[in-house]
Amino acid sequence: MRTVYFKNKPKIIATSTIAGPKECSGSIGKFFDTKLDDDMYGETSYEKAESRMLFTAIKNSMIHAKKNETDIDAIISGDLLNQIISSTFSARNFDCAYLGVYNACATFTEALTVGSAFVDGGYLNTVVCAASSHFASAERQYRFPLELGCTRPPQSQWTVTGAGSCVLSLSGNGPHISCATIGKIVDYGVTDANNMGAAMAPASACTLDRFFKDTDSSPGDYDLIVSGDLGTLGSRILKDLIWEKGYDIEKQHVDCGELVYNIAEQEYQGGSGAGCSALVFGSYLYDRLKSGKLKKIVLMATGALLSSVSTQQGESIPGIAHAVLIEV
Amino acid sequence: MKTSADCVNNNYMKYVSAVSPRTNEKRSLFRSFWVGGFICCIGQSVRYFFEYVCGLTGDELGAYVSMVMIFLGAILTGFGIYDRIGKYAGGGSIVPITGFANSVVSPAMEFKTEGFVYGVAAKMFIIAGPIIVFGIASGVLVGLIYYIGYRIF
Repeated sequence: MRTVYFKNKPKIIATSTIAGPKECSGSIGKFFDTKLDDDMYGETSYEKAESRMLFTAIKNSMIHAKKNETDIDAIISGDLLNQIISSTFSARNFDCAYLGVYNACATFTEALTVGSAFVDGGYLNTVVCAASSHFASAERQYRFPLELGCTRPPQSQWTVTGAGSCVLSLSGNGPHISCATIGKIVDYGVTDANNMGAAMAPASACTLDRFFKDTDSSPGDYDLIVSGDLGTLGSRILKDLIWEKGYDIEKQHVDCGELVYNIAEQEYQGGSGAGCSALVFGSYLYDRLKSGKLKKIVLMATGALLSSVSTQQGESIPGIAHAVLIEV
Repeated sequence: MKTSADCVNNNYMKYVSAVSPRTNEKRSLFRSFWVGGFICCIGQSVRYFFEYVCGLTGDELGAYVSMVMIFLGAILTGFGIYDRIGKYAGGGSIVPITGFANSVVSPAMEFKTEGFVYGVAAKMFIIAGPIIVFGIASGVLVGLIYYIGYRIF
């Protein structure tokens, strides 16, 4: 594990987000660019709806950055579905180079890390990084049919219906990515596929610890330390684990999964999904960074690398987290 | 190579089970009791109706009641109501025969997008399949015991 530093400071020059009705009525709903009334998005299947959401987010981020398809050197994106079909099917609409990435819910920061490395190294000028997820398509792949009358356990999370995209470039204005800590897989043996917060928290504590040590900094140096989708329970575990390593992040820590829905909605531990961190970063956090209210944030998306097959075979859930430092 | 069993960190697992929220058992039991009981009351009323108004008896009566309850479960699933009942009632709406109807209709609706053969028809029994398999297997087993017992004694 190590932290890579981007000396040329790749900038996030534009973002765009799109979200379903449940997310739009949540606490940060007003910050989203495109608000959908219908989570089918006029398509005939949820998978098609998810690709179209990602397509819209990517397209709008290009428009916000005032770039044409020909200006984009590569699209780096991922999602939760098998063979990342949402990403590949949305990339089919663009005449751009495409890299598909998958790290479950940590996909967004993985894409940002890969994108920043290409841009910082001077290999590519402008890169789009994006991620998406959809409640209904994830539910049918990982769990049960939507209409099945079963209860959700209290430790479960709700997959975010949404997509976020951002445009990275060396030229232009916007907050820049100064370094990234590439996480390693940490598995403490959690097998409960409903308790992803507990499965991902050790990986996030490991990455964050490494990040503080490598950058020789402490939690007080940052305005916010944002985790991806640990949820309420996972956030609590992260705070406990990182406290054991000698860091107190109580004041700085927020979780995208906790932010995205109203607590009153009782979706247990909050939101999850690859789109969760992409949506919250692309809307609310980016807005705050642009307006200067936030100056230095750590964005650490966390992923639970399980599949429905591995769960049925009784395997535990490997967790991962990648952190990027975003500064104004 | 590491297996999942090698990964288990017992201290962490103990800690997780201590901090994870638990299902409120009293509340779940109460909800499933009254909703499950209510569904059975509806079933019983349907039975009385067929018995005293329509004059049905024996196996025919049971079959009619099952058909009506399965129909109700299926139609409520189709209208998107049964999953809300299920979210509230838990086992109370899974155990009665309406829950069986729900477990067949919900995947059929869900997988319609994959076509009628590989979607609806093939996926229809992904949840109800095990129930049928174990139902038939245990039926055969009980039948055998009954048959052998009958022959011996």
